[in-house]
Amino acid sequence: MSSPVTLITGTRKGIGRHVAEHFCKKGHTVIGCSRGESDWEDENYRHFIADVSDEVAVKKIFSAIRKEHGRLDILLNNAGIASMNHSLLTPVKTVQRVMETNVVGTFLFCREAAKLMKKNKFGRIVNFSTVAVPLKLEGEAAYVASKAAVEGLTNVLAREFAELGITVNAVGPVPISTDLIRAVPKDKIDALVGRQPIKRLGEMDDVINVVEFFVSRSSDFVTGQCLYLGGV
Amino acid sequence: MQDKILELIIRTARELGEDELSLGGDLDADTRLFGADGVLDSMGLVTLIVAVEQAIEDELDESVALADEKALSQARSPYRTVSTMAEYAADQLQGG
Repeated sequence: MSSPVTLITGTRKGIGRHVAEHFCKKGHTVIGCSRGESDWEDENYRHFIADVSDEVAVKKIFSAIRKEHGRLDILLNNAGIASMNHSLLTPVKTVQRVMETNVVGTFLFCREAAKLMKKNKFGRIVNFSTVAVPLKLEGEAAYVASKAAVEGLTNVLAREFAELGITVNAVGPVPISTDLIRAVPKDKIDALVGRQPIKRLGEMDDVINVVEFFVSRSSDFVTGQCLYLGGV
Repeated sequence: MQDKILELIIRTARELGEDELSLGGDLDADTRLFGADGVLDSMGLVTLIVAVEQAIEDELDESVALADEKALSQARSPYRTVSTMAEYAADQLQGG
């Protein structure tokens, strides 16, 4: 079999970049996107500039994948933004922005990916949730609501896509030191980590481990699941 | 334009074949696609719409959404027959 074609959103930095580099090293053909230029390169990597909630831009990415590779095997919906603020101080614009990127973006990529994946009766989609959903974190109402929606999408799409040979699962990381949590005070992060059965920050490799499990060919009987890290 | 798309829909449906569409027989312009007496089940219709969108993009280099809000809200579905689907697609391509 030729190398898998893997699409990852939000690859400019953080988890997305790390996961993209990981799959490049494994020999996958990796397509990534972010709102800005990529500042890293790899012979197996191609970058697109797109806002994940922009339907026209997203369709162009899929059109290019279809023309160049004729197929898509793996989609990792990593792109996401957070809003950490008391709800009474959260502007509605922020809520809309979080929903557009996290929910609409994930939906759009799942929809377009499934159109391509169904041809081969094979596909692996992994969405990104967060432990903030089951922990019901105060100060993250919009973010938690958006990720709860991602879990809902994951569950329903898993059913809709099952007959197409596509699995849809989600990973729920704990805080990892990326830009997403850089602005959060240390005592808040410590309090959050304290609520996890396993009390430490997450590592990129913890996320990769779960993603590798979900995208494995052997995981064809695993769908509609959300796996939280740290024992949450 | 509409004739060209009509031909494209029929060709696409034939290429998808029995396995993917579970068609009872061959198609022509008046074949009822969906609804009472339609030849497609709901997944068959989804498969055909997606394949026709892709074929239009490949052959006419135009991006068209056949399953947009307008199509889904019309009292008379544009997916009734091959020719109504072609008419709707041509309309969309011409900015309707």
